[in-house]
Amino acid sequence: METINSASTEKLREFRSQIERPGMRSIIWIIFLTLLILWGIYALYIQISGGHVVTGMRDNVVWGIYIVNFIFFMGISYAGALISGTLHLFRTSWRKPVIRMAEFITIIALFIGPLYILLCIGRLDRLSFLVLFGRIQSPITWDVIAISTDIFGCLIFLYLSVLRDIAALRDFTELKIPKWRKKLYRILALGYTGTQEQQVRLKRATDIMAGMVIAIAIIVYSVLAWIFSVTLQPGWHSTIFGPYFVIAAVYSGTGVLIIAMWLFRKIYHLEKHLTRKHFINIGVLMLVLAAFFGYFTFSEYLTKWYGSQKNDEQLIHLLMDKYFILFILSNYLGVLMPLIVVGIPKFRTINMITITAVVVVIALWINRYLIVVPTLESPYIPIQDFRPEWISYSSTWVEWVLTLGGLAAFCLFFTLGARFIPIISISEDQDRKGEIL
Amino acid sequence: MEKNKKNTPRREFLRTGLLAGAGAFAAGNLLSSCSESSKSGKKLKLLTPDGKLVEVDASDIKPSEEYKLQAREGIPGRKFVMVIDLAKCNNARKCVEACQEGHHLPTNHEYMKVYMMQDSDKSAPYWFPKPCFQCDNPLCVSVCPVGATYKRTDGIVLIDHDRCIGCKFCMTGCPYSARNFAWEDHEEYDGSIVYNPESSVPGQEGTVSKCVFCADRLRENKLPYCLLACPMGVIYFGDIDEDAVTNGSETVAFSELIRDRSGYRYLESLGTRPSVYYLPPVNRQFPIERGYDGLDEEIKDRYKDTPYAKERG
Ligand code: SF4
Repeated sequence: METINSASTEKLREFRSQIERPGMRSIIWIIFLTLLILWGIYALYIQISGGHVVTGMRDNVVWGIYIVNFIFFMGISYAGALISGTLHLFRTSWRKPVIRMAEFITIIALFIGPLYILLCIGRLDRLSFLVLFGRIQSPITWDVIAISTDIFGCLIFLYLSVLRDIAALRDFTELKIPKWRKKLYRILALGYTGTQEQQVRLKRATDIMAGMVIAIAIIVYSVLAWIFSVTLQPGWHSTIFGPYFVIAAVYSGTGVLIIAMWLFRKIYHLEKHLTRKHFINIGVLMLVLAAFFGYFTFSEYLTKWYGSQKNDEQLIHLLMDKYFILFILSNYLGVLMPLIVVGIPKFRTINMITITAVVVVIALWINRYLIVVPTLESPYIPIQDFRPEWISYSSTWVEWVLTLGGLAAFCLFFTLGARFIPIISISEDQDRKGEIL
Repeated sequence: MEKNKKNTPRREFLRTGLLAGAGAFAAGNLLSSCSESSKSGKKLKLLTPDGKLVEVDASDIKPSEEYKLQAREGIPGRKFVMVIDLAKCNNARKCVEACQEGHHLPTNHEYMKVYMMQDSDKSAPYWFPKPCFQCDNPLCVSVCPVGATYKRTDGIVLIDHDRCIGCKFCMTGCPYSARNFAWEDHEEYDGSIVYNPESSVPGQEGTVSKCVFCADRLRENKLPYCLLACPMGVIYFGDIDEDAVTNGSETVAFSELIRDRSGYRYLESLGTRPSVYYLPPVNRQFPIERGYDGLDEEIKDRYKDTPYAKERG
């Protein structure tokens, strides 16, 4: 089989060290992550054997940080899909170095997110009932259908977009990797050799899937929002939750993407590929989304506060009192910081943009927390209980360890994924040479 | 259990239809025809609608599956309604205790809860017993992904503990906080009792439960535990189609009671259409403080954040 082209071989030479044997540093990193995951599994064992009483959830706040993590991971996943799909469809010239990371984020978060909803379920042994006795009237069933469609669509999209790289890896015979991996590349490459016809087909299929994942991402995240907004809870029963969640998702996703870019740039020395321009471009995207997010957040709370019913008032009071600092952090800092840092050219350094991204990601996590928890703490019928943990929610170590475990799993899969497929698309010159665009 | 015995004469009641219809039907249901020959030797515990636990041979009773099937159907021709007279409630908590005992609930796990309500700072506080409202437009039922909770023709909303996956979506769906989750295992959840969704006994860890209007007792033409236990006659129960409700000592026409006493449903604006009506706390028979008499400190503590309690210090 002939090699795909010399340009990708060149690139592969550059990336081979990441694909071949892992260095000491990355082995330690992987072990560290694995330990965190094991700790999470231990916490899960505690939760399953001891019952949900080991969490901070009780009859009023029936969902805690698990559901926040669920929304969070699903959010960055959809964001990845939207970003990579859009960049792909618009043939953005600078997309190549970031698009693979966005795709990785999509897939990995998409597998981790749903695990958190499982943690909220009291009887995991009855999971099959969701299919056996599934009722289409329930938004949870909508979500099950939507998420499985999404996983399917995103997997195909990712696969199509890495196909050429896999073929390049297969053809790059100098690569020092175990036999099984060579074999795996051969199988996964599906006999792609880069003929004119194959290129046309691949392009077409990728385009279709890019369009699809954009549509699916919007639908799926709206469905997720509806789980909340179909209920009568004062903080949730809102018509704008669908678009609000979608915007918040993409917003958090750009943040995670910038953080990933920064980390890989440092660790893999990708300064040549990931330049300030990339950070600014994604940063500007983040800025636009910050404005939208701020706008939605403002409308949501303004209407509740201005013409407030008793229960809205109760909720606003809780947010402005007990949750004041978190509220400021998420809904002020999380909106204003990108506007200032990316908006003023002087501040637009790679590090500043990355710090902003970190703030945005944290702010968005808190934003979801403030949507879920205070609402459940202020039901229509006031909570009258003498047990503090039944009045207000505070998460326990089990929940935090499982949160950490999920984060570790995200990093681990990212690390392993980058060992298997170059984190920067290597067959980029192909497009321009082949003139298939 | 003793308490219930005392109440036997009261329990006799519930007008014409209730007696004729359900009685005969239910009596045959409980113990299926026992043929002496086919004893299995395996003993099972059965909760009778009187609230008694009896040990019976496994072959003498219907398996839980049959109870579950039966519980899916409403009691034919009935539409139950409850009326709670807030003017008479003095937070004696007898309803709560009888309910907990009858449904084998652990401490602090209550289907019937008594709240101290105060609609605004200057308005007068009152005691507010709150069961499940058995709504006619129940959001909890709509959102359940597996059909574990369902609405019956007689108006009762039930939960099948064996079907529930414990996603708690119904709990966020219920605007009245009527549902409880079994956060851990309790000795009260005795797995050897034959499970019947109509009695909601035994509870199960990791699933949701709530007030069931004592559906198993209704099938036997008996009134709910809470009603029989209430010394003040606060709780009325009956059939909306028959237009009759009783609190055990007096029987009145539902429509007249609601008309004369300005009955209302709590948070009507939410559109859930509850089957529980309230009579406003006018011409009260007790001062509100009376509700504190004889309460455990823990229970008193529940009300410490109400405007009334704060003012009182
Ligand atoms: S917790 Fe149980 S009853 Fe409630 S919605 Fe989920 S499966 Fe249905």
